[in-house]
This record gives sequence, C-alpha cells and structure tokens, in this order.
Amino acid sequence: MVTLTIDGQKVQVEEGTTILEAARKVNVRIPTLCYLPEVQAIGACRVCLVEVEGNRNLQPACVFPASEGLVVHTNNLRVRRARKFSVEMIVSDHPMDDCLTCPRNQKCELQKLADDLGIREVKFTGEKSGGQIDDLSPSIVRDQTKCILCRRCVTVCKEVQTVSAIYTQGRGFKTRVEPAFGRSLNDVSCTLCGQCILVCPVGAITEKENIEEVWHAIFDPSKFVVIQDAPAVRAALGEEFGYPPGTLVTGKMLAAVRRLGFNRVFDTNFAADLTIIEEGSELLKRIREGGVLPMITSCSPGWIKFIEHFYPDLLPHLSTCKSPHQMLGALTKTYYAEKAGIDPRDIVVVSVMPCTAKKFECSRPEMAGSGYRDVDYVITTRELAKMIRQAGIDFAGLENGYYDDPLGEYTGAATIFGATGGVMEAALRTACEVATGKTLENLDFQAVRGLDGIKEAVVPVDGIGNVKVAVAHGLGNARKIMERIKDGTADYHFIEIMCCPGGCVSGGGQPVPVNDEIRRLRAQALYQEDKNLKIRKSHENPSIKRIYEEFLGQPLGEKSHHLLHTKYTARGRF
Amino acid sequence: MKSWRAQVLVCAGAGCVSSGCRKIRDAIVAGVENHGLKQEVKVIETGCIGSCNLGPLVLINPEGVLYQKLTPEDARDIVAEHLAGGKLVERLLYKDPLTGRPVARLEEIDFFKYQQKIVLRNCGLIDPMNIEEYVAREGYQALHKVLTSMTPEKVVDEIIDSGLRGRGGAGFSTGLKWKFARQAQGALKYVVCNADEGDPGAFMDRSVLEGDPHSVIEAMAIAGYTIGSSQGYVYIRAEYPLAIERLEWAIRQARERKYLGRNIFGTGFDFDVEIRIGAGAFVCGEETALLTSIEGRRGEPRPRPPFPAVKGLFGFPTLINNVETYANIPAIILKGAQWFASFGTEKSKGTKVFALAGSVINTGLVEVPMGTTLRDLVFKIGGGIMDKKQFKAAQTGGPSGGCIPAEHLDIPIDYESLTRIGAIVGSGGLIITDENTCIVDFARFFMDFTQSESCGKCPPCRIGTKRILEILIRITQGRGREDDIDRLVELCNNIKDTALCGLGQTAPNPVLTTIKYFRDEYLEHINDKHCRAGVCRRLKKQAAVKIS
Ligand SMILES: Cc1cc2nc3c(=O)[nH]c(=O)nc-3n(C[C@H](O)[C@H](O)[C@H](O)COP(=O)(O)O)c2cc1C
Ligand code: SF4
Ligand code: SF4
Ligand code: SF4
Repeated sequence: MVTLTIDGQKVQVEEGTTILEAARKVNVRIPTLCYLPEVQAIGACRVCLVEVEGNRNLQPACVFPASEGLVVHTNNLRVRRARKFSVEMIVSDHPMDDCLTCPRNQKCELQKLADDLGIREVKFTGEKSGGQIDDLSPSIVRDQTKCILCRRCVTVCKEVQTVSAIYTQGRGFKTRVEPAFGRSLNDVSCTLCGQCILVCPVGAITEKENIEEVWHAIFDPSKFVVIQDAPAVRAALGEEFGYPPGTLVTGKMLAAVRRLGFNRVFDTNFAADLTIIEEGSELLKRIREGGVLPMITSCSPGWIKFIEHFYPDLLPHLSTCKSPHQMLGALTKTYYAEKAGIDPRDIVVVSVMPCTAKKFECSRPEMAGSGYRDVDYVITTRELAKMIRQAGIDFAGLENGYYDDPLGEYTGAATIFGATGGVMEAALRTACEVATGKTLENLDFQAVRGLDGIKEAVVPVDGIGNVKVAVAHGLGNARKIMERIKDGTADYHFIEIMCCPGGCVSGGGQPVPVNDEIRRLRAQALYQEDKNLKIRKSHENPSIKRIYEEFLGQPLGEKSHHLLHTKYTARGRF
Repeated sequence: MKSWRAQVLVCAGAGCVSSGCRKIRDAIVAGVENHGLKQEVKVIETGCIGSCNLGPLVLINPEGVLYQKLTPEDARDIVAEHLAGGKLVERLLYKDPLTGRPVARLEEIDFFKYQQKIVLRNCGLIDPMNIEEYVAREGYQALHKVLTSMTPEKVVDEIIDSGLRGRGGAGFSTGLKWKFARQAQGALKYVVCNADEGDPGAFMDRSVLEGDPHSVIEAMAIAGYTIGSSQGYVYIRAEYPLAIERLEWAIRQARERKYLGRNIFGTGFDFDVEIRIGAGAFVCGEETALLTSIEGRRGEPRPRPPFPAVKGLFGFPTLINNVETYANIPAIILKGAQWFASFGTEKSKGTKVFALAGSVINTGLVEVPMGTTLRDLVFKIGGGIMDKKQFKAAQTGGPSGGCIPAEHLDIPIDYESLTRIGAIVGSGGLIITDENTCIVDFARFFMDFTQSESCGKCPPCRIGTKRILEILIRITQGRGREDDIDRLVELCNNIKDTALCGLGQTAPNPVLTTIKYFRDEYLEHINDKHCRAGVCRRLKKQAAVKIS
C-alpha cells in the first residue's frame, strides 16, 4: 500500500492503482472520455489531466500510477484550463449543427462533458475533418463526421471481440477510424455485434433504425402486426425510463407495446423453450449417432457471422437450430396464422432484441422457410424505448400487461437465455430430466453462471455418462474455444457461445452504458424471474407440448426441419 | 598492412551518391590503372565528409587536399596531374568565399577548421564496408575493454561522468538512462537504437550509419553488457536504403568476426543486433511510438510513465538511444569521461552534429563542441549568408524547435541556453534564413509538417495544430484578423500543456518564437496586408504609404 495526497486529502491505495481510481476513494470524480473501464486506458483524450507535483507535464489520471508520497491536484486553474481546452478542441471539430437530430442527443458523453466543464462558446472554429456516413449494413450506421477518435470502438472490436473490423488510419487531421480501405462495415468481417455502439460516447456508431417501418406497419389497417421480445429486453428497458439497472419491467413493457398498437404480443421465450427441445434432441442424436462434436449453440447471430468469417471449417459444429426469434416468426406465419385464420401474407413480425446482429440475421435469405420472411423487422431495446417515448406513453404509470396465447407462454429456463450460461443451464435442466426420467433437485447450475470468460462443467447424466460442457461469451473467448477445437483439445459435448460479453443482457442493442456491474445486475434480474416462475424447465412448458401435438409432430421432424432449422455460409475474411 | 603512397577518399554519403560520386570513383580507378599507379594509390569510398554543397568531392591523403564539384573529366585530370604528376589541380580546389583564393588543404578550410570530430571521427576517413578499417582505428577496442576490465556499474559511472546527454532531442542524461535500464527488473531486456531521423533536412544519423556503422554496433553491444541485454534492434527509416545496406553489411561482418553473437571475446557475453525498418512517419521517432511500431502495431506514442527503461519493447525494460548518442560511446570508453567532458559547456558536454542548411554559403554536416555560438556556426563555418544578404533567423531542432533572431546570434548552442530563449538543440537540424524569408510563412511551413505528421491520438495536437495552421494560412493570405496573434498564443500554450507526446508539446515552438521575436512582421501581415519579404503573394511587398 502507498499513501498519496489528492487535493489535500490523504488516500491509501495499492501501489500502481491509477490516480483516477485513487481519487474515487476520496470522492473525487475526474472527468474522462476515452477511458473505458475494463477495456481501455490510453490517456489519449487529455480530459482526465491532473497536475502531479514534480512532473513538468500534466498527467492523464486514467493511467498514471499511484506511488508513495505523490501529491496530486485535480482541480486548479491549470488543470481546469487544460481539460476545457481538450474538449474545446474536440468540439471545434464536431458537427454541432447535427446535435438535435442525432440518435444520441441528450445521451451523448461529449454534450455532458462540455456542459460539466462550462464550455459556453465554440472558441476555435475551422475546417471539420468530416468523413463518410456508412449505412450499407442492415444493422449499423457509422457516421464518421461525428467520430471524436476516442478509439473505444477500436479497442472493443480488437481486444474484446478479436475482430478488428475497424481501426485507426491516416495521420494528423485526416486520422480516421474505419474499416480497411475505407470500405463499408457491410463489406468486411464485421460481426455486426454492436459492441462498438455500446462504447461510443457520441452518435458516431448507432443501430440502423427501423422505427419508421414499424410505425407504418402498425398504422396499415391491412396488416396484422405481431411483436415478440427477447428475455434480455425486459431486464434493461427500464434503464431507458430511469429505473436502476437490474429492474425487471416485463409487465410495463407488455402494457406499453400493446398501447403502441401491436395486434399480438408473443414472447421469444416461448421459442427459447422450443430451442431447448430441438437443440437437445440434436445433441442427443449427435452423441448417439457419432455426429460432429462438440456441438455449439447457434442462437447468437453475431457469433454465427464470426464463425462464418473466421472459422468456416468448423461450421459443422454449429447446431442447425435457428435463433429463437426466427423460430417464433416462422411459427407465427404458419402455426398461428393457420390457427387464427389469417393470411400469413398480411402478418408482420417485429422482434425487439438486445441485439444489432439480429437485424442482419432476419435479412438472411435462408430465414424464410415458410415462404414468408420469418421476421420482418428487428428493433433494439433502445428503439423500443424511443417508440414508447414517441407515443407519449408514461411508462412508469403503466399497469402490468400480459402475453398472448399460444406463443406467449414460457418457463424460467427460457428467460435465463438472456445471460451468459443461460442456454446451457436450460439445456442441462432438460437433458438431465429427460434422459433419466428423474426430477432434478437443484435446478441452479452455478458453474455456468457469472462473468468468467470461459466456464466449464462436467454433469453426470444417467444413460449417457459424464456430459462435458463449456460456456464462452464475447468473441475473444469464443476464439479461444475455436482454437482448442482446431487443435483437438476441446473434448466437450456441448458448448454455448454468445457473441456479446455477458451474453444478450449486454448485447449491442441494449441501453448504454454497459459495464460488468450492469451486466451482473441485468443477469440477476433474469435469474430472479426464473426463480419466481412456477415452471422452470423447457420440456414442462404446456404450450410447447401442445405445439408438438398439434403442429410440429416430432422434434427434428419434417416441419421442424423446414421452419426451425437453418444452414450456414462460409464467408471470406477481409 | 600494406602502405600506400596515397589514398583517394571519394565521399559516398547519400548526398554525394546522388550528385554522381560513383562516376568519379570509376574515373579515378580507371585513371589510376592507366597510369600504372595501382600498387601505390588506394581508392576508397567513404561516408560523408560533410560539405555536401561541394560534392562530388575527393580527399587525397596524406596531403589532405580536397577537390570539389568534380566531373569525371576533372577526376581524370586529378589522376594525371596530382597523383601521377605531383601537382595541385588548382582550378578544382575550394575557393575561400571572402578572398576568392584557392585553399588546398581541408584543415585550412573554415568549414572544417572549427569542427571537432568525435561522433564523425571515422566518417569520410574509412571505408564503411570494410570492418578492417574500423578495427584499424581502435574499433571494437572499447567493447573489449568493457568486457574484460569494467563492471557494468563502472561503465554507467563513466557515462554519467562524461556528462553525455541524449542527442535525439530531449537531452536526457545518457548515463542515468543506462543506470535505470540496468536497475530495472525483467526476464529479458532490449537495447534499441533510434535511427528514425524524421526531422526534414536532418541527416546526422544517416551519415553516421552510412559512414561508420560499426561505431553504433559497438556502442549497442557495450550498452547490452551494461544493462544486461543480449538483443539489440536498430529502427531505421525505409527512406535510408544506403544506410540500411551498409548497416546490414556491417552487422554481418561483425558477426563473422565474432564482435556480435555468442561468447564475445570469450567472455561469455552474448549480443546480437537486428534491423527493423520503419514506415517513415515522423512520430515513429518518438520512443514509445517507435517501440510500438517494432511490436508490429500502429506507431503511436503512449503516456509515460511507464518509461521504456522500466516497461518498453514487448513489455520488457528497454534502453533506447539515438544514433549519435551511441556513436559517442566507444570514444568515451577509450579516452575516458574526463576527456569527453573537456569539450562543451558546464552542463552540455561533448560535441553536437548539425545539418547546416538554408541560406549559408557552406552547407552540410558539421560537428562542433557544445557551446559554440550560433554566430560562429553561421559565419565561420557556414561562411556567412549567400549573395551578401542579411541573416534573419536560425531554426534549430527542426519542426519542434524554435526560431532564433539576429539579436541572439551570440548565444552559445547548448541545451540550457537554447531552452531559455524558447528554442531547443533538438536532433540537430539547423536552418538559416535570410531577409528573403517571410517569418509567418516560415512558421506556417513547420506547422504544416507537424500538423500532417501528428499521429492523431490526442485532440489538442490533432485538432489544435490544424487550427494554428488555418490561422497562419489566413494571415499569409491577407485574411488575418486583429485577434489572431492572441488566438495563436492561446492555442500554442494550451497545446504545449495538454498534448500527449513531444510532437504536440513542441509543435507550437516555431510559432511562439516567431511571434516573440518577429511580432512586427505578423502585425504587418494582419494590419497592413503587407509581406516585407514578398513571399506571401496575395499581400503587397511594399509597405503601404500612410496618408494621414
Ligand atoms: C515527435 C518526436 C520525434 C522524435 N524523433 C526522433 C528521431 O527521429 N530520432 C531520435 O533519436 N529521437 C527522436 N525523438 C526522441 C525520442 O523520443 C527519444 O527521446 C530518443 O530516442 C532517446 O534517445 P537519446 O536519449 O539518445 O536522445 C523524437 C521525439 C519526438 C517527440
Ligand atoms: S459490430 Fe462488433 S465486429 Fe463490427 S465493428 Fe462493431 S464491435 Fe467490431
Ligand atoms: S466511432 Fe465512437 S467509439 Fe469509435 S472512435 Fe469514434 S467516437 Fe470513439
Ligand atoms: S501529441 Fe500529437 S503525435 Fe503526440 S500523441 Fe498526441 S496526437 Fe499523437
């Protein structure tokens, strides 16, 4: 431990702790911009500058290590001037005419910083560095004119996701963050995961909005518009309306979407339960018939795009199951359409997802097994919040709403799909019971919960033996597992992989900010919902039993094959 | 060794190569053969002799006669008349710019007379492609001495006592840096030589590597022994193909002779050197950017601490020094700290190599003791200003340096004195300007360079330098505003205080010093729309006649 003095207050910290962290201990919050806890500390933006006695230059608090006897000033005239200047420079190159129309208006870290630092005029004006707007991908829009070159997206993409789709190029005033050769994100090996959106402090990377299309469908009298929502949405939507992270708002969300004018409200969770049945059957088949193992989950479209780009040879390891919302879309336009006597041509399926990659997924040509697009539009949690605000709905004042039958019933196993390890846990609950016929005493598989990058478990299942499983979240961890499959050291039966660190609760379509604390809280909300539900095992969902009886027949049967399973495409690397 | 009646040294620095020295050498070699002098006269290609504006040139030893601005015909005459006939070829001798009289011996030429060669001790004297010639001039004896009779601590003390300071720009005590690198804990350590030399117009480091590559290799091995490293890297810019070629050759020869490799001099010390080629960005000369670039990532500076000596290349303690810094080391080891410290001033010891350029009569590479006055450099060595014009200002330290006006001509060139007046010694670029230079345009020129070479990492530098440049351009185009000088000063001071690395922290220097010493000229541009040098074409050359 070392003792240092920050603004006249003594503080004791571990040697090497940054001044930024040390200052928090004495309730001093030093402003930051390029700093991103857990991901990036590079001292680039010059916003966290402090004066360290004995140092000629001002020093960035986010990286400067504490040592014995250090005397630090975080708030004097020199420091104030310096911070203000750094932000003034960024502001002087920022297209402020666009602020009012920016998707991040009022949620922009630069706006807040400029306000906090008391910037009341744009002192230095001149040429703007400009750039392109890339809106070619179905998921993500990059507006370079707004980029402040903090490099958070670059670091997340490279270090966390190990994709390196975007990086810093050029020098001087012409420095840019962009894909190689100025291409579109759509034309490189980007997974469209949207983790870059979550970390962007400004509106330089945002989802491609589909709000207007959805409004048009809602107000088109000839359309029957169905909405479904993924489990992670209900654990985070509240943050957009001022609730603390980890508040479950399922009931209010359901009431809100009904007010928006959707004709039916279904739950992606229903299809999550269905996935467990289909995927579980597929796994058992592979184990019994000597198919390709380990089998890997396929419900995360960013992960799918990643393996298609980077490990096309390993595609046979993927389960052929579509992701749950695509399954639900397909069933809505077949099973439900038939039941309700609606022409599937008139049905519009809208998915609310924590995810930007799902916008891409729903546009994949193979996602139309019924002859109609499984899902017509995907909107993110953030977009749903915008629609609710646009409709003038007082979210906090709403009574609880409900899901519609028959595609709205779900179990606790389905709802934990939203957190890393959730799919695995749901699968294990069903596998153990179905294979043995005995009732599980403890449904909580703690080993696969939590934020460790790669989690492993060995579960004895009567009749099969020891089932070895692994769970990875974040593509960097996925890559590690892939390398082990390649060199033959991954002797698992089943692997769950989620593209986004933490799983869907912190997907690229979720409210910002996201950090490990928030990931934990959102996951906790889902585990709580699971605990509170009467039925916690997918195979016990009555609606699932019914759909097999009435419509699907067998798991992995003919209908399933057409509607619920898919195939993959080896893609190049750019 | 065979003794020769005469040695003909043909300067083959990159400057002379481009002005055609190969043809001169061929002509001399052919002439020597024709006259049957092959057994008596040796022809050697050397590194830069220094006076680049006189090239192609040859030096004939032992007489020490210099012939300048040669054509192949001239070369044939030199063989016939001088080497075979024993007569000076007067028309090819250097002419004193003041008297117009020919000066035969190099030592008597002002350009050389006032120089003191430590770093360049072998440049222009030996064939850099032949390790024998380096060895013959005490080469690798310093390494031998260190390995066989000095402890690493003793080496550190010697370097500290010598007072040597880094020649790459910052002027940090070399001995202390070695000490820190020695003290740092690490499973591996590295020795790195910074040969990025990005200052436009500077070519000190290139000349050392082209003319005397072994001095750097030897110094790096000494450094390796001292700090406990067995691997060195020379980071050199791709634009220096000749230096790369000669360094590569020298490394190969040193390995063959076992001055590099395992168990050097049978002492159990291992050391090897590899070359890493840089893509040529100016900022890659900044030490942390350089290391990042060697690691295969985009060359960008990072905050210090941690300093490279603690956490450098691939995370290991790394000693990084400049080419010229290293070139001093063998001489210090052999002749002693006291000897070295006898040159220079109290706090700036030894010599400094400058690339003298601009409006002086004699341009080229010069090495002078620290503390030499600017006046001596310009008027004695440089021979004064061309075409009888007036000295206006000197820019030291390249684009990060400052502008020194005539009133400070008598300033001794050393670290402290230059810092006091807002300039820096820098890496050794020295540009002299005359009355035909517009000072605003001069500042704009440097700003243009630093602005486009900024790595773009931090906003003050990336955007701030652009804003400065815009204002300077505006002023030179007659659109200057009344408060522009205040804005410039505000931008400059803030950028200096907030930028992440040395590039941004020093980029405002040319602007601040020109404003400080030539404010009137700025005001003329802004208020009177008048450029007294006639450089800014949109402005009037003559002062407006005031009708009052
Ligand atoms: C923008 C910038 C460019 C630099 N370029 C060089 C260079 O080309 N060569 C060099 O030796 N040092 C250069 N330096 C200085 C190095 O960062 C470092 O101080 C030097 O290599 C240390 O060696 P020394 O102590 O022997 O001078 C540069 C510094 C900055 C900020
Ligand atoms: S969407 Fe994901 S993969 Fe694509 S650039 Fe952003 S972080 Fe990288
Ligand atoms: S796009 Fe956003 S996150 Fe990426 S560098 Fe620009 S401002 Fe930062
Ligand atoms: S000062 Fe300039 S060159 Fe240095 S890190 Fe900042 S932007 Fe890059």
